[in-house]
Amino acid sequence: MHYLLRLFVQRLALGLLTLFVVSLVIFLSIELLPGDVAQQVLGQSATPENLAAFRRELGLDQPAHTRYLSWLGGFLQGDLGNSLISGLPIKDLISERMYNTFFLAGFAAVISVPLAVLLGVIAALYRETFLDKSINVATLTAISVPEFFVGYILVWLFAVELGMFPSIANLSEDASLGDRIYRTFLPALTLTLIVTAHMMRMTRASLINLLALPFIEMAQLKGASQRRLIVIHALPNAIAPIVTVIAINLAYLIVGVVIVEVVFVYPGMGQLLVDSVAKRDFTVVQTACLLFAATYILFNLASDLISIASNPRLLHRK
Amino acid sequence: MTKFGSSLQIGRRGFLAGSVALAGLSQMPRAAQAQPQKGGVFRLSVNQGGTSDTLNPAEASGSQQIMVGWALRNNLTEIGSDNKLKPELATSWSSDDAQTWVFKLRQGVTFHNGKSLAPEDVIASLDLHRGEESTSGAKSLLAGVENITADGSDTVVFSLSAPNADFPFILSDYHFQIMPVGADGALDMSGTGTGGYVLDSWKPGVKTVLKRNPDYWKEGAANFDTVEVLLISDSGAATTALVTGEIDAVQSAEYKTLGLLGRDKNVEIESISGGFHPTFAMQSSQAPFQDNNVRLALKYGVDREALVKQVLRGHGTVANDHPIAPSMPFYDASIEQRAYDPDKAKFHLKEAGLDSLSVSLSVSDSLFAGAVDAVTLYREHAAPAGLDVQVVREPGDGYWSDVWMKKPFFTSSWGARPVPDMIFATAYTGDWNESQFSNETFSQLMLAARSELDEGKRAQMYSDMQVILRDEGGSVIPFFRNFVYARRADVAHGEDVASNWALDGYKAIERWWKA
Repeated sequence: MHYLLRLFVQRLALGLLTLFVVSLVIFLSIELLPGDVAQQVLGQSATPENLAAFRRELGLDQPAHTRYLSWLGGFLQGDLGNSLISGLPIKDLISERMYNTFFLAGFAAVISVPLAVLLGVIAALYRETFLDKSINVATLTAISVPEFFVGYILVWLFAVELGMFPSIANLSEDASLGDRIYRTFLPALTLTLIVTAHMMRMTRASLINLLALPFIEMAQLKGASQRRLIVIHALPNAIAPIVTVIAINLAYLIVGVVIVEVVFVYPGMGQLLVDSVAKRDFTVVQTACLLFAATYILFNLASDLISIASNPRLLHRK
Repeated sequence: MTKFGSSLQIGRRGFLAGSVALAGLSQMPRAAQAQPQKGGVFRLSVNQGGTSDTLNPAEASGSQQIMVGWALRNNLTEIGSDNKLKPELATSWSSDDAQTWVFKLRQGVTFHNGKSLAPEDVIASLDLHRGEESTSGAKSLLAGVENITADGSDTVVFSLSAPNADFPFILSDYHFQIMPVGADGALDMSGTGTGGYVLDSWKPGVKTVLKRNPDYWKEGAANFDTVEVLLISDSGAATTALVTGEIDAVQSAEYKTLGLLGRDKNVEIESISGGFHPTFAMQSSQAPFQDNNVRLALKYGVDREALVKQVLRGHGTVANDHPIAPSMPFYDASIEQRAYDPDKAKFHLKEAGLDSLSVSLSVSDSLFAGAVDAVTLYREHAAPAGLDVQVVREPGDGYWSDVWMKKPFFTSSWGARPVPDMIFATAYTGDWNESQFSNETFSQLMLAARSELDEGKRAQMYSDMQVILRDEGGSVIPFFRNFVYARRADVAHGEDVASNWALDGYKAIERWWKA
């Protein structure tokens, strides 16, 4: 078996094990939270009598391990189950949200990844110049400000003052791609500002690290131009660390954007997860968290595979 | 409504005591300049609810469910814009002894699916909230109903276990929406109703789209062609969306930004005095609160005027340690208002045999905006009287299950009720008697007032009950908070605006129009 394939299978199996552990941890965490679904839904209007009726209806009167095992049994057979509260199939509940989340993450990634790598290369090329410093100051400022604040600033500038973009996403069902891009531009821009610095800094740092190595010196001595030196000689060797950082940021764009979703009233997974945790809607929380965990695992796996393919020495750690 | 920027006048209207007026109340003629017009899209932002909200009225709790529910369906009775009880799907009701109630149903009303309204629909819709298996949040409101029967094709008869003169008011509660029975005998809870709007798409937590019901039976109501209900939990996002014209009305406007919002000529702010109030509830059956002197000390130790001014920025009225707001029927304005008096507080503390007292008061900002501020100020007010009120900030998540009625002294909040009996019966007796209040005279008066059909005598009884709660109750009730919300200037409404909930009693979708 090819070593990459073997690695892939091994890591995938480990990933599945991780998912199982994650599901257990989430289940236990929800059990530890004060109050259950019945109490959260009924709130102030709970009486012992209607609480009991509610619990009977949802099977919450069963012991914890029975509930977990019956959920796991269904999950393993591909049945995600229904939301405890609304009774809707989780598949329907999540699919549109998931699409929205991936759309926004993809949109932000399409802008931010090329932008960050380009800025990183430019900063490395012209390091210690005014240009390098400006890029650093600008991106670091963007990442240092809390993301909701970045969002509000963009809303103030582009929605209130200039009136160029809508302040809330408010997507309609039959929106065209163009309309979607228009309505999600501000959240995507916010996310871009948040993730760019990290990727840009890593690109710049790895390139500069490489520039001190003998083979770069060799290329320099044979007369390669600065640009050729970086793009042809250094960049391919810097792929491993850059890809790792990109993968982490892409995963963040998918799982960590709940605050941006709130500011722009964007119906993504984050909002769904927060709602479901607040109501202790265990089945929804479980599925959403597993999707998030799977996202991390897959992105990490992909970045490792790319890193190792680009530099097989990484396979043999000393 | 109050115009901001120019003046901060509030509490603009005193409401007449509502009567259990029967048969034939017709819609009041609207002022000439306020003629409703048909057409337009109304985009409304609400802030209560979530993704898991359902269309089952038994589970309704937040504004998203209530407002959408009332756009789709009707009740037998409703609280009108003038805060009086109005016939809705019932045209009239009567009772000789307040124990057997006969409701005549409106004829010629059809559900969105074409079915005609019949007694079976009413019975099935109300049975959802009755019986052992019911999970309804309004179960206790109908606990006194023994039997609901049909009499012919247009009459429903309710037999109660004990008299209740306010029974028609109870049926206006948002839980008791009328839904059709399907061919299979099951209740259709998918959104089919007799209401002014038909459900186009229901995406709780995101956006719900409603289309006008062209066959709506109510005159001059349901004026917008299309309504979009958006759930925007971030008040900053909601306010910006209102200012930029992305939405037409918001359920709640933040005090902090009211000044700025008031300067925008495209936006109108409304501040409507209602019955929403917080309580600082003591477990009055336990030490130290079982001594009424301790309770009185804590009541004299709060500066209500200061709380209204600082926490509500003037958008409220002082309360008198009983839950009957000036906007409610049977409010007795002649009862002396309790004022801030640290000396009297000290006196009562001494009477209780104490020089000083330290208590912990639990609170969470999830109860209402400014809740923690209110308790923190209370701490300052009470200190000179020798009262040490420790502020305990609890997480909003799980507050109702783990703090409310569990801690010895806690903050709670109550929405408006249309009649005194509903708040007395809910919060001062039974399962939700949060202050463990028990008073023989109070209980007797409550039962007596229910079976009394003479308005004058009832008024006296309710006045006595207000006095008992003020002087012996286990709750400090500092103020009634206004509903403060905002709309675009091109959205219009009639002369009156209901004060039982925000947004015209949560019926803006049906009552307002685009000018």
